Amino acid sequence: MSLDLVAYGAFFLTMALTYAVMCLGLNIQWGQTGLFNVGIAAFVAIGAYVSAILTTPDTPDRLGGFDLPIAVGWLGGACAAGVAAWFVGALTIRLRSDYLAIATFGVAVTVQLCVLNLQPLTGGPFGIGFIPRPFNSLAGDPLAFGLANLALMAALVLVLYLALQHLAKSPWGRVLRAIREDEVAAQALGKRPIRFRLQAFTIGGAIMGLAGAAQGHFIGFIAPDNYLPILTFQVWAMLIVGGSGNNRGAILGAIIVWGIWALSAAAVSAFVPPEQQARAAALQIVMIGVGLCLILLLRPRGLVGERRSMLSLGRGRKS
Amino acid sequence: MPRPDQPSLEASPADPVIDARDLVKRFQGVSAVDGMSLRLGAGEMVGLIGPNGAGKTTLFNLVAGSLRPTSGEIWISGCEVSQESPERRIGHGVGRTFQIPRPFPEMTVLENVLTGAQGQHGEGLLANFIRPGRVRREQAAAIGKARALLDFVTLSALEHQPARILSGGQRKLLELARILMAEPKAILLDEPAAGVNPALLETIMERVVELNRQGRSILLIEHNMDMVSRLCTRVVAMALGKPLAEGSPAQVAGNPAVIEAYLGGAA
Repeated sequence: MSLDLVAYGAFFLTMALTYAVMCLGLNIQWGQTGLFNVGIAAFVAIGAYVSAILTTPDTPDRLGGFDLPIAVGWLGGACAAGVAAWFVGALTIRLRSDYLAIATFGVAVTVQLCVLNLQPLTGGPFGIGFIPRPFNSLAGDPLAFGLANLALMAALVLVLYLALQHLAKSPWGRVLRAIREDEVAAQALGKRPIRFRLQAFTIGGAIMGLAGAAQGHFIGFIAPDNYLPILTFQVWAMLIVGGSGNNRGAILGAIIVWGIWALSAAAVSAFVPPEQQARAAALQIVMIGVGLCLILLLRPRGLVGERRSMLSLGRGRKS
Repeated sequence: MPRPDQPSLEASPADPVIDARDLVKRFQGVSAVDGMSLRLGAGEMVGLIGPNGAGKTTLFNLVAGSLRPTSGEIWISGCEVSQESPERRIGHGVGRTFQIPRPFPEMTVLENVLTGAQGQHGEGLLANFIRPGRVRREQAAAIGKARALLDFVTLSALEHQPARILSGGQRKLLELARILMAEPKAILLDEPAAGVNPALLETIMERVVELNRQGRSILLIEHNMDMVSRLCTRVVAMALGKPLAEGSPAQVAGNPAVIEAYLGGAA
């Protein structure tokens, strides 16, 4: 196996893991709480832009550029997206699922238009370049650079996975699932649905912002076109394919759907004449759609469905 | 407004646990409940009967907080709660079941019961990270209690099964266990016999009697007059949202107005 292939594999997996982080954020909102967020791209964009503004060097034609460390950028991006999610949630969380979807879709479109038009802050259609990349000193060695970034993203996903699993098994996670299953019954048991739904929406938004920041730093460049509604569609497809309600499913779905996306892009460039390639790129979306339909028909709960019990109990163990 | 202490089962019968006064509930001009008053004393078991459309479930929903009254007052253990949200009722010591049971279908039977636990620090987001030991201890205690309640309602063998597989009667028992997890002083039971097979019905009745014997007040909506007569010491009848009769089961069953309301004047 050539080193180039390994380097490409590391790049592919690192990108897939950035989507896995978005998927984990969606899983806490939809998979565990039943919140129909169709504005994922908004929170990813907020995280990416805030982190980029915090960490890029001072640029004459753009506000911001604070040259802060990457870790501060990631944290700032996650916090900004979390605050935005809390604000959006406080206004919309009482809406029923389809109305919440419409409202969050509107937020995503608004945020995308804002980053497109706020040129003095976001660079407008030209985006923000020269975003510092982790392990940039290794950039001369694509293999070492790719593997180091892969290790960093894998560590981030692992930490998030463990924290979210801990929450899912906790009484807090149990209340989220109870609210998802029957809000009226949960209320009758003294649970406050609005408070729990808002917490889940905020945490999910912050995780999506973190994913946006990590992805932006990995690629080194962000632009408004990265945050079109197709991103929201991709992340939803990943969660449904992997298994809604299951954190492992969210990670697996992200890797599989990103694999289909990357393979179909490679197939288009290999087999379609250059003058038709722009048009044929739509086949990628068709392939994801077909994959989604197959999963919904054959395994409606996804490849790894939600575990029946989130309790960390031994079966049959009586106290 | 005073905050209630933990439910005490030793309140004096003179102090009503639930005191609903002149309740009115209108839906776009239609009065579903029209001037109903109801008192449930400590340790009492009261039956609420009436023909379909009498307003029993609306009255129930008002007391449980699922609906807010157009006018009138609801007092629970000396606190005025008329405008409070339903999730605060359990804190005042009043729990409810539903006419059509509402389990959390994809959660296990044990998890369903655990959801009824009150005052769990683990329901706070940060406590799970900063006080994991305390959360674990509370969780272990809650699991022990939930298992004892599942034994009480004869569902122990199903504790790891998802609630969606339970029969209608088993779902009613599960709801009972779930609300008992919250240790309420008073329980509102909405048609516990509806759609339940005779064997399970006996189990439900035995458990309700046992809960009442332990000192819990019970307000029971039921069409099954045999069940009401066996369980309740006092019965309140209502029709068209208004009070119709009140007294012992025999007195109410023999009341001409009640007979006429049930039979539509054919008697």
